[in-house]
Amino acid sequence: MNAVTFSDQAMAASAAPTQRKGRLRYHTLIFHATSVLVALLFLAPLVWVVLSSFRSPAESTQPPIPPWPMDGFSISSYDRLENFGQSVLHYSGNSLFVAVGTSMLTIVVSLLAGYGFSRYRFPLKGLAFVLILSTMMIPFQSILTPLFLLLAKMGLQNTLIGLVFIYTTLQLPFSVFMMRNAFDAVPKEIEEAARMDGVKGWRMLVQVMGPLVLPGVVTVGLFAFLNAWNEFLAALVLLTDQSKFTLPVLMTAVQHGRYGSVDWGAVQAGVTLMMIPCMILFLILQRSYIRGLTAGAVK
Amino acid sequence: MTDGLMAVPETPMPTRRRRRRHSQWNGLLFVLPSLLLVTIFFIVPLGMAAWMSLHKWPLMGVPRWVGFDNYERLLTDKSFWSSLWFTIEYTVVITIGLLGVAMALALIVQGQGKAISAYRTIYFLPVVTGFASAALLWVWLSNVDTGLFSPLAQDIGLTEGRVNILANFTPAFWSVIFMVIWKMAGFYMVILMSGLQSIPTDYIEAARIDGAKWSQRFRFIIMPLIRKPFALALILCISGSMLAFDQFYIILSGGPRNQTVTAVYKIFNESFISFRLGYGAALSMVLLVILLALSVIQLTFLSDKGPKK
Repeated sequence: MNAVTFSDQAMAASAAPTQRKGRLRYHTLIFHATSVLVALLFLAPLVWVVLSSFRSPAESTQPPIPPWPMDGFSISSYDRLENFGQSVLHYSGNSLFVAVGTSMLTIVVSLLAGYGFSRYRFPLKGLAFVLILSTMMIPFQSILTPLFLLLAKMGLQNTLIGLVFIYTTLQLPFSVFMMRNAFDAVPKEIEEAARMDGVKGWRMLVQVMGPLVLPGVVTVGLFAFLNAWNEFLAALVLLTDQSKFTLPVLMTAVQHGRYGSVDWGAVQAGVTLMMIPCMILFLILQRSYIRGLTAGAVK
Repeated sequence: MTDGLMAVPETPMPTRRRRRRHSQWNGLLFVLPSLLLVTIFFIVPLGMAAWMSLHKWPLMGVPRWVGFDNYERLLTDKSFWSSLWFTIEYTVVITIGLLGVAMALALIVQGQGKAISAYRTIYFLPVVTGFASAALLWVWLSNVDTGLFSPLAQDIGLTEGRVNILANFTPAFWSVIFMVIWKMAGFYMVILMSGLQSIPTDYIEAARIDGAKWSQRFRFIIMPLIRKPFALALILCISGSMLAFDQFYIILSGGPRNQTVTAVYKIFNESFISFRLGYGAALSMVLLVILLALSVIQLTFLSDKGPKK
């Protein structure tokens, strides 16, 4: 037994350099082949819908095999989307307003709160922080009915502003937590040095601290934008006036069709319209996005 | 003399105290907007939901106090319990599927290099599209006449003729499962990946030298060391799936034969289709308690001590 293993080892040792290299190369090849195959599977639905949305009206009633337009690129699917309610630009504007509004308000509110929680001591501070974070544990779906009544009472029913307030509130636990950590990471010495130079109050927050916590601000704003742009249930419940619809709500109306037939070309165009901005934002700000995600995982 | 000595500390004292009190107020001012938002748009509605659940509350007209009638009624409401049961079934299936796929993806993308970071980006891309857009995309792909899946299956000879995926429960359910895995796997991949990357390579290397097989290294070194990110992914996945709505509303409209109505969908139907707001609120409270219990379990799992061993 011993002898066998010894000789095996000896043989392995002498053959090691070339054989191991060969096996390693083979492994790498298998690894990348698998990874690329999986990548193609993940990309396929996205590629399929984007390409299909440029097919002609006649083609758009056919199965998308192959997905690309056979008789020339056509934007007629996007044109037909114009005919649902008001123009699709109007609904994109609604979505953009809600997403930008939510991300702006979230940035301002969480920047202030993060600064307050990081740099000041005040009574019940711990309780206030826990209160904000604990809303994460309660599903907002369970308070949708009262929110509906509350907005009506405040005269905010059917308004995009009302939606902005709700989305911002939903973003707060994550955002306040992010911003407090961002401020905590800034050394106190920087603030003190600036104070010696006579910087005070708002200028301290905006001019001195602002640039230092910018990565946190980008992350918080990005998450708020994407979540507000994509949110469906609250928009479906709280917006009953068709002219106020955001894109996801509009698209479910398109999907249910008119006169019993569904315009799948328009659905493809709408889906493309909803997906592309998110993907572009993500590709540009990938680092901020992943930072936000892992901040939760590490903690 | 004594007066003079006493007077020295007295002068700076009030200003310092005043400044401290001043700065205390400032801190509260900074935090105030967030507290206001959370109070108005979260705490108050939460209280209202509890209050409403004790009423018969039509959309129009005067709400009437009914005590615990709504809760008594939901105990015998078969459609609610079946929706809750379906939600749990869905949660179990999707959690196993998602975390399995995410783990495999995380093992692929944990390394360094240009190609690997490209894979990472691509696997993650569907995550940033919304659930509504992904569901709309899927409802088209699953369509029997103009979609992709049925015609493709027919073309490559998998099925004879076109099969309507969305007409029967089993294929419809699995179509949704595939969609959610496609859309969400990248999210859990990143969480698990951050765990994998924090394992010192020495550990793995040492085990390799000691002759541990790949499966042994995975089971005895990798899994215990990523316990925390894994628990986080698990809990996020469970609590997210328990609240599923978009995909079942958009792809299946709760069909076929109301078999895919989830708990949130049921609440939506009661509150905003039938306008039984009080009863909907009672159902919401039940869901809330379930999710709260899940969160408490999450906290015990994620606390440093971990669950009792």
